[in-house]
Amino acid sequence: MTELLVKNAYVIDPLRGINAETMDIAILDGKIVEEVSDAAEVIDARGMLTLPGGVDSHTHICGTKVNFGRYMSPEDMRAGRTPRQGPLHATSGYSVPTTYGNSYRYSVMGYTTLLEGAMAPLEARHTHEEFIYTPLQDTMANTLFDGNWAIMEAIRDGDVKRVAAIIGWTLRAVKGFAIKLTNPGGTEAWQWGKNVSCIRDPVPYFEVTPAEIIRSIVEANELLGLPHSVHLHCNNLGTPGNYSCTLGSLGLIPDLNKKRQTLYATHVQFHAYGGSDWKDFCSKSEPIARFVDMRPQIVMDMGQVMFGRTTTMTADGPMEFNLYRLHHEKWSNHDVELETGSGIIPVIYRRKNLVNSIMWAIGLELALLTKSPWQCLLTTDNPNGAPFVKYPEIIGLLMSKKYRDAEFATIHPDTEARVPLPAIERELDWYEIAVMTRAGQAKALGIQDLGKGHLGPGADADVAIYPLKIGEVDPSVDYQKVIDAFSRTEYTIKRGTVVARRGECLVDGSNATFWVRPKVSEAYDMGKDPDFIEKFDRYYTVRMRNYPVQEEYLNRNRCIETEARI
Amino acid sequence: MIVKDAVCPFCGCLCDDIEVEVEDDRVVAVTNACELGTTKFMGEKRMKNPILRDGDRWRDITYDEAVQYAADMLLSAERPLLYGWSGTHGEAQCVGVHMAELVRGVIDNTSSVCHGPSILAIQEVGHPGCTLGVVKNRADLVIYWGSNPIDAHPRHLSRYTRYAEGFFLENAFRDRKVIVVDIRKTETANIADEFVRIKPGGDYAVLSALRAIVQGKTDTIPRTVAGVTREQLVRVANLCKNAKFGAVYFGLGLTMTRGKYKNIRNAIELVSELSRHTKFTISAMRGHYNVYGSNEVNTWMTGYPFGIDYSRGIAFYNPGETTAVDILARKECDAALIVGSDPAAHFPRKCLEHLADIPVVQLDPYPNATTAFCNVQIPVAVTGIDAEGTAYRMDGVPIRTRKVLSTDYLSDREVLSRMCALMQEALER
Repeated sequence: MTELLVKNAYVIDPLRGINAETMDIAILDGKIVEEVSDAAEVIDARGMLTLPGGVDSHTHICGTKVNFGRYMSPEDMRAGRTPRQGPLHATSGYSVPTTYGNSYRYSVMGYTTLLEGAMAPLEARHTHEEFIYTPLQDTMANTLFDGNWAIMEAIRDGDVKRVAAIIGWTLRAVKGFAIKLTNPGGTEAWQWGKNVSCIRDPVPYFEVTPAEIIRSIVEANELLGLPHSVHLHCNNLGTPGNYSCTLGSLGLIPDLNKKRQTLYATHVQFHAYGGSDWKDFCSKSEPIARFVDMRPQIVMDMGQVMFGRTTTMTADGPMEFNLYRLHHEKWSNHDVELETGSGIIPVIYRRKNLVNSIMWAIGLELALLTKSPWQCLLTTDNPNGAPFVKYPEIIGLLMSKKYRDAEFATIHPDTEARVPLPAIERELDWYEIAVMTRAGQAKALGIQDLGKGHLGPGADADVAIYPLKIGEVDPSVDYQKVIDAFSRTEYTIKRGTVVARRGECLVDGSNATFWVRPKVSEAYDMGKDPDFIEKFDRYYTVRMRNYPVQEEYLNRNRCIETEARI
Repeated sequence: MIVKDAVCPFCGCLCDDIEVEVEDDRVVAVTNACELGTTKFMGEKRMKNPILRDGDRWRDITYDEAVQYAADMLLSAERPLLYGWSGTHGEAQCVGVHMAELVRGVIDNTSSVCHGPSILAIQEVGHPGCTLGVVKNRADLVIYWGSNPIDAHPRHLSRYTRYAEGFFLENAFRDRKVIVVDIRKTETANIADEFVRIKPGGDYAVLSALRAIVQGKTDTIPRTVAGVTREQLVRVANLCKNAKFGAVYFGLGLTMTRGKYKNIRNAIELVSELSRHTKFTISAMRGHYNVYGSNEVNTWMTGYPFGIDYSRGIAFYNPGETTAVDILARKECDAALIVGSDPAAHFPRKCLEHLADIPVVQLDPYPNATTAFCNVQIPVAVTGIDAEGTAYRMDGVPIRTRKVLSTDYLSDREVLSRMCALMQEALER
């Protein structure tokens, strides 16, 4: 029995409606409890800002394409390295750190739960292997269904229950957590070197449209009763004028779930562009934010761009090829049979570049123009917009108009005519930041009932204590203090153990992996469906029996069983 | 007993449809595997227990003694080398990285003498590739360049290309063209639709010529390039441009010949160029069943695919300096742990002379050429036969190998974990 008592914590815990109260947090065997005995170890938080552990609801940290980003980029590995020290392993990398690098750096910033944004089912085992070496965070994986042949065939046949059944079987087999659609239909078209332009373009051969894929899979998601909603990377990422495609996609979504959104639209900054080409490229954050304000069924994340070098990586293969033709940097692509694809190129976002400056502004605008912080979460689509170590600077920008203006003065001078940012006065408060970095993310992922994103009794004892007394700091002026505090916790507590203190990780922990197992009726068990089995055997190059990820790949196995309505 | 869907631990094809018949704890029959795979599954004459060199003789020792010997050897070394890794499972490779970190050693895998140059090219220009099933289902053009799958990857043709069924090909055998590019008429060339014979060392020039033709600069091409006629080059370039889906598979005939990583860079750039016209991909024919896994494991653990030097605490990568051959040739290395490979059969003589001078411990089920250089050899279970574990196919698809036999042998992971634990204890003392 291990007991810990965090005294005099100045707590913001949005999921419980707690906004800045001084309280004690009692921890017993990794869980938060009402009280502990006098024998408990005591940490005196001395009035410091105390939040539930950070949750990143969209980041790329583990798996085939992430590792290929490392593999092809020794220059990035050299750009950030630390030696082995005490219980800690050596780390390498700046924009795509090694697994230990990701884990330690996130931990120092107070993050305790991470969702890998894109896992190809066929290569899921790889993602899970890397999770094991991401010891200080609990992990879960979005599973890609954007170009899945069996699903597109079922959609063509108008059989949504079969769509749900295939997703259910696959999630269970690959130990996935949620459904991800990346450029739905486009990744299949890309296996012919083609793409779909927007949601009404049919996918070659399968003759279904992205709109049909999105709608059917959203419905299937609810039939399966999954904790998270469909997680969508819209078609047409990164192209001028794509905001209308984004609005069209969001407009497809009915409100189907009382507990959470029905659609999670990811890295919307990359999908909020106006103009007809790069010359008249401009921000369309306002229509997107207004649209989302009126639809509780939609939650988005920012996908903020920050200036500097990074690596872009996505399942959206055709988009990466277009980027390659713009940047002429090295380019990798990896298509995955019957399922999806991916692409990687390194990029530098420059202040002196007008398009990059507009992109930087759009991400901030989305967060500042969307009324409810629960509907626009803080991300960089790590590492696509910027490496996650930039989060504290983004918090600073969102909390300080003064900081924004100072930064704005350094970017391309023509930006002002293309974006609304300079006119936005709003400065987010501590509570809103807590929503956007943990509570909102946990709610959107549907994991608050599993003890994530809050500090209520029964919750996992994941706590971040920042060296900051919020009564003594005016974030709109002292933004540097805000950035420093969010860069380095005083204490990060994971499952009841202090894992990081003042910038140093202290232990070599072990992660837990969350995955879903929807319970479906016998008739919808794809493992027994003759047609599914026959096609699997004929067209995959891996035997069906060798496809499922074994439980050996789960360090701490947190299986979420759902009751499917099929 | 028949074990179905067993995974063949021989080459990078990592065929997972093997049927293995087991009687009295022996493999008696193997179905679906090629000759190479069958031989591996049927393999006999394993070493029974760890052995220690004692003057001119071998002495049997216990696993505990052998593991202690290896741990002491690594701990007392100034510049230990941990080499091999492509013939074992990923879980063992992970322990290997931790051990290298602990003793500030150099960890390198067989790619440094194999597809290392291919990796260097990828680090310069990237890699447009795909999984094998994408090629199987779509490719109407396959090019084998400097590779001879009939000998080296016998089922590559039947599972993924020439003889494979494909979803988008009505009659795959007829509709799929195969081009072989090589310096001699190999067995694979005999089954090709088009054979391009290049003078030795001429690959780079031929690739450049093809790039020029694809870019519309045919008139700059001389009548022959490295022995290949302009007419044939134009024909090949047109086949590529007119294909719906083309796939290049290259082997050591391109990687390890004159030009080395520049050849691969040129081939990748040809494919990137072709991607502007149609769909094209390129991939390496990886040799050992899990050499790609050792690159993957090293990359997520250290940041680099091979040749990692921990002597300064951080992971440092400089192929040509921090790779096994170089460390040995410079006589820097003062102890070596060899796992899942046979360097004595492949390394230059100069390296082996040094290997003979330093303490060497090898983990391998069988006596091999390296045994002659060992102070201690520890027999282990064979991954895919009497041990389970993860392997990465040549296209990056990870598959868990099955155990078809139960034996008393410890797996590589078990032996290395014991070693690592002893080392950790000693360092904490």
